Amino acid sequence: MVHFNWTQLIPGVGHDQVHVATAIAVSAGLVLFAFAGRLALGHGEAAIEPAKKFSIKGFFEVYLEAISGLTDMVVGEEGKKFVPMFAAVFMFIWINNLAGLLPGMTPATDNLNTTIALGLFSFFLYNFYGFKEHGLAYLKHFLGPLLALAPLMLVVELISHIVRPLSLGLRLQGNMMGDHTVLGIFLVLVPYGVPVIFYLLGMFVSTMQAFVFTLLTMIYISMAISHDH
Amino acid sequence: MMTRLLLTVATIMATVPAFAEDGSGSSGWGPLAAGLAIGIAAFGGSLGQGKIGASAMEGIARNPQARGDMFIPMILGLVFVESLVIYAFAIAFLVK
Repeated sequence: MVHFNWTQLIPGVGHDQVHVATAIAVSAGLVLFAFAGRLALGHGEAAIEPAKKFSIKGFFEVYLEAISGLTDMVVGEEGKKFVPMFAAVFMFIWINNLAGLLPGMTPATDNLNTTIALGLFSFFLYNFYGFKEHGLAYLKHFLGPLLALAPLMLVVELISHIVRPLSLGLRLQGNMMGDHTVLGIFLVLVPYGVPVIFYLLGMFVSTMQAFVFTLLTMIYISMAISHDH
Repeated sequence: MMTRLLLTVATIMATVPAFAEDGSGSSGWGPLAAGLAIGIAAFGGSLGQGKIGASAMEGIARNPQARGDMFIPMILGLVFVESLVIYAFAIAFLVK
């Protein structure tokens, strides 16, 4: 397997900071893309009109509609204010994952530091919004439905909540690392033709993992802010 | 059949000390443990995921209109099964 990264060519980027450099490069690209999308949207009347053909504007319309529909389905009406955050999380993870398919790039999501940070972001977010929505009554979520079972449920719930950011991070990192390991092994075994299948698989896994991360974040938020307990 | 199985096990056990003499410092069981970990995890995980997929197919066949509502719970079930396999994969990498 090749241990070379294009980002290592940047002066000052050693072997340990490859994922940071990749993350910064991808984020810079994403910010530029977002500005391009904002410019393409236009002002006033033009902004409301849907795009006639597939362009940057059309892409963002389709993308935001999909995320907004998913949020409506999972979180419900009060999820509207979270749509930009979900869209940003999905886009960041997705583009970072896809960057790993370029030859000579290791994605930032291949590193536990990045993915656990994303998982912790999700963890703090849903707890914050849980407290914001319910006040201190949010703590009742940890006690389960029956008061008699509360001591038992507290332990179970605490463990399940603490494991959430870890499992989010481990899942993303494990999938990305596993995918690239399989691709690397097949590139060594059969250098021509066959790895194309694994590039397609990689595209599927990248999209699926970004989707799963966003979906789980949505579900955690909807569980934290729901009122039917 | 039984003798062949025993013979295989004996052969594996006999070859393990040969690995250990590489001077790598570990006991030499690592590759076997890693292979078993991911193998057993993939076995159980694929059985579970197959069950989820089969039930989803059955549900869609019975009620094609419910496809959209079934999609997210199905993905969630698949994800929770898969994450356990991924843990085993991480463990396999740790002990390798």
